[in-house]
Amino acid sequence: MTATAALATTKPVLALQDIRKTFGGVVAIENFSLEVYPGEIVALVGDNGAGKSTLIKIVSGVHAPTSGSISIEGQPVAMASATMARAHGIEVVYQDLALADQQTVYMNMFLGREPTNALGLLDRRRMIAETEKLVTELDVRIPSAHATIRDLSGGQRQGVAIARATHWASKLILLDEPTAALGVAETAKVEEIVASLKTRNIGVLIISHSLDQVFKLSDRICVLRRGRQIGVRETKKTDKNEIIAMITGLQQS
Amino acid sequence: MSSTNNGTAVRAAGLAGRVNLQQYVVYFGFLAIFLFFAVVLKDSGFLTVRNLSNIVLQTAPATIMAIGLVFVMSAGEIDLSIGSIVAVSALAAAVTMQTYGMVPGIAAGLGCGLLIGLVNGVLVAYVRLPSFLVTLATLGLFAGVSRSMTDLRSIPVTNEFFTGFFGSGSLLGIPSLVWWTVIAVALGHIIYRETRFGAHVLAVGDNARAASVSGISVPKMRLAVLMISGGLAGLAGLLYAGRLQAAKYTLGETDLMTVIAAVIVGGTLLNGGKGSIVGALVGSLMMGMLNNGLILMGLSVSDQMIVRGLIILAAVAVSLREKSR
Ligand SMILES: Nc1ncnc2c1ncn2[C@@H]1O[C@H](COP(=O)(O)OP(=O)(O)O)[C@@H](O)[C@H]1O
Ligand SMILES: [Mg+2]
Repeated sequence: MTATAALATTKPVLALQDIRKTFGGVVAIENFSLEVYPGEIVALVGDNGAGKSTLIKIVSGVHAPTSGSISIEGQPVAMASATMARAHGIEVVYQDLALADQQTVYMNMFLGREPTNALGLLDRRRMIAETEKLVTELDVRIPSAHATIRDLSGGQRQGVAIARATHWASKLILLDEPTAALGVAETAKVEEIVASLKTRNIGVLIISHSLDQVFKLSDRICVLRRGRQIGVRETKKTDKNEIIAMITGLQQS
Repeated sequence: MSSTNNGTAVRAAGLAGRVNLQQYVVYFGFLAIFLFFAVVLKDSGFLTVRNLSNIVLQTAPATIMAIGLVFVMSAGEIDLSIGSIVAVSALAAAVTMQTYGMVPGIAAGLGCGLLIGLVNGVLVAYVRLPSFLVTLATLGLFAGVSRSMTDLRSIPVTNEFFTGFFGSGSLLGIPSLVWWTVIAVALGHIIYRETRFGAHVLAVGDNARAASVSGISVPKMRLAVLMISGGLAGLAGLLYAGRLQAAKYTLGETDLMTVIAAVIVGGTLLNGGKGSIVGALVGSLMMGMLNNGLILMGLSVSDQMIVRGLIILAAVAVSLREKSR
């Protein structure tokens, strides 16, 4: 069975239909529809202010859409809060690192969802074991699960944030410019980690400003311009020129 | 461009020469001050069992208050009102006890602390006022209330069970004030270090946004720590009333500075995210020992205040150095 055939037979993890979002009178998103399948990386590109972050916030429960529907594995859901999105197996990696700097890696992995033992006390052994397993699998090179976040480099921190999302996301991971704050070598490492998520059979929706990165990682590319969906392309069947033309509006489709 | 490079270089150098000074400063400080007094005050009775155990008994209320403040500061807030909660709670307990008996008296004392903590907490967590200003205001407000409550008079506490339980009594040969200290420190330490609640307090103080997107209710945590602090300051008021067999508006008046110093020296960061209950205990014992030694050395009250102020300054300096590392 080819990859495209698989896509045709499985249900999308995320299906957005006719999403519209206004802030006061300003239309931020209009007529937006997109499906993300398990094991697929979809890139969301567009100029500043195109509405990419707003879309991520709609899917992660931070903003409610003004109209339109969100379905998870075919089931329409109301995404009223970030907690609800998490309960649906959706995790977000923020560009500005939502980590508690002075806590350990393993406490951050389990922040807000710490396991406890029979006495109601923190089950540190389990947190440490699961953290070590995951950072090894994803090849996030940190000194140890006990390391304090602020002693890590930017790349290691983003690695921890992605590992956390991976640990909790059963369906979908949203990444909002995960490498925006990183150097060249760190970016390469984080790209490697993101690419490895494909084998986990979850959907990935990534925002990126770097077309190199988008072409390296994604299976499909969705272009937004001024809140409107300009088009979706299979990465293998398009090129940078076409995508740039779509982003800037020199080509309509 | 060059400034970025500089920043990276400074950070790298800081990491390489990393010493976690703040975490241990209290133990060295404690030891140094102990040895200093042991030598200097050899003939003034500093080292007698009686004097040393006196230090532990006298510091019990401050230690209890310090435990509450560790929670508050770890959440990135401050509670100055503990300085006047002590007297209000002690007076409320003493007055209530005169008419209604011991149990309502205890409830009134603890209730006052919790209630003031609730007021602080609602204003800080839900009205979003800075805790420094809110608790500064309630500090002044309730200092006034405790003065007007009894016209500056002292209220005797005669209930023998109460004065034994909270003051001069003992169980299994161990003074009740030591029991209170040990139990409060042990419970505080476990809740702070080993429970989800403690972890969430630290997360809120460390990065409130990260805590919030992780599903932790930041306002609830802020309210909770201020109520814990108020309740423990109320308990400290009962301990004073028990030991002195009376309540007066002056109780706890000078404790605020001591308690803040004990907590900071004990390794709790002013800006939240990191702290230690055991460190606060040692810090509190250190401040008590300092008080005791300075008195035995014959220093005047004003000189004692100056020395204590200098110690706090040094502690804050170390704390801020650590934070900006
Ligand atoms: N909370 C908000 N309130 C009002 N307008 C907003 C809000 N968030 C985003 N917008 C507007 O929506 C549009 C899309 O913004 P955004 O999603 O951040 O774009 P992008 O991430 O693609 O750069 C912009 O015009 C922005 O000003
Ligand atoms: Mg954005």
